[in-house]
Amino acid sequence: MPDFTLWDIFRNLLMAARWTVALSLVAFIGGSVVGLALLVLRLSGGPLVGRLVGAYVQLFQGTPLLMQLFLLYFGMAMLGVNTSAWIAACVALTLYASAYLTEIWRGCVAAIPRGQWEASASLALSFGQQFRHIILPQALRLAVAPTVGFLVQVVKGTALASVIGFVELTKAGGMIANVTYEPMLVYSCVALMYFALCFPISLYARVLERKLQ
Amino acid sequence: MNSVLSNPQQTSDSDGPHTQAGAPILRITALRKSYGTHEVLRGIDLTVLRGEVVAIIGKSGSGKSTLLRCINGLEVFQEGSLIVDGKHLLYDNAKAMRDLRQGVGMIFQGFNLFPHLSVGRNVMLAPQLVKKRQAGLNEERARQLLARVGLAEKFDAMPDKLSGGQQQRVAIARALAMDPAIMLCDEITSALDPELVGEVLRVVESLADEGMTLLMVTHEMSFARKVADRVIFMHQGLVHEIGPPAEIFGHPQTPELRQFLSSLRD
Repeated sequence: MPDFTLWDIFRNLLMAARWTVALSLVAFIGGSVVGLALLVLRLSGGPLVGRLVGAYVQLFQGTPLLMQLFLLYFGMAMLGVNTSAWIAACVALTLYASAYLTEIWRGCVAAIPRGQWEASASLALSFGQQFRHIILPQALRLAVAPTVGFLVQVVKGTALASVIGFVELTKAGGMIANVTYEPMLVYSCVALMYFALCFPISLYARVLERKLQ
Repeated sequence: MNSVLSNPQQTSDSDGPHTQAGAPILRITALRKSYGTHEVLRGIDLTVLRGEVVAIIGKSGSGKSTLLRCINGLEVFQEGSLIVDGKHLLYDNAKAMRDLRQGVGMIFQGFNLFPHLSVGRNVMLAPQLVKKRQAGLNEERARQLLARVGLAEKFDAMPDKLSGGQQQRVAIARALAMDPAIMLCDEITSALDPELVGEVLRVVESLADEGMTLLMVTHEMSFARKVADRVIFMHQGLVHEIGPPAEIFGHPQTPELRQFLSSLRD
């Protein structure tokens, strides 16, 4: 059995960390697109649409991400969709992120005074024009800090994709710990890498928050 | 005075009856509005003529602001009909709603300038998006209107750098930029420090002098007396008394109006 140096462990974890980053980016970008679409639906649609989007948000916020991953991975297979752990993880995390982001942003839009909607409506702007030119630019300023903060949750959330066999940082850590019999060392390295990813983001969120106040 | 308000359609005598001074521009018939079981407007009939200045007075809760906000569809009413400049108010038709709103300017108590846009961009935004006014023309018009309200040098300033009175004058310029046929003023000086009220009222008065149709909810009785052609006293969701200012203020007919006027003098 080959001996693993600390560098071997570290290098292998770094390779796997790329997938954590990739999955985080897909989830965050996909979640943003879906979340924004849901937000527009919620604002422009009738009360029924609003309640449907609300139910969607509750569904994803009220169940563990782990269950969402399981259900999606095995559910898709049962429906006959040939899926990989990567695709299932991307879809599950995208849906999860979209539910949280749409709710965060709804709060930001709700924080814009009613008078802004009324003044722009009085000037005969359409809903799209109101949203694009009046509401969005103002809500964006409010949204930056909590949105970047949520990105940290997404990065940590990707660890759960390990349970459906997707080899990212956590899964790789488990595999390496099994062959090196050094779980403390390996998982410390894993934790360190998550911290190295998340801490700068939190720091950046705080800087942005101060700058935009 | 060389008016920047002048709109060839409005001043030309050769146009149809709709555009002539003295023709009805706003017609409200049997309008009723309620919030749940509480009826705020209980059957309003009102006709306003082109070029007329109408002041609406009354206690808070009498429905005067609600009536004003019904005219450009910010409030939904349940019964009755409302026609502005020949256009029916139709809630379920977004296009018809925008067409109507193009002809109705509104100025709010809280100014409601767009805080992320400069003063000039505030004035130019709606003509650019809605009227597709060409950029050079739009800017020229905006500068003209800002000069008109005495704020020519504030074109590039951000709204939060202006005093309340200045913000409200920008709001007036912003509304004028859409060439409205009628202007609604909803207690536009109520949020201002006393020393800033005068500068806003002077602008409104000059609009009246230039023939703009004005409908204003106001607590400034001396201003209403001076500028209005007609004063409406609203009470419990109804037009309780209506007439020329001299009649309304000098010879109130109903005990409610007498009581309201005397409460102001205390």
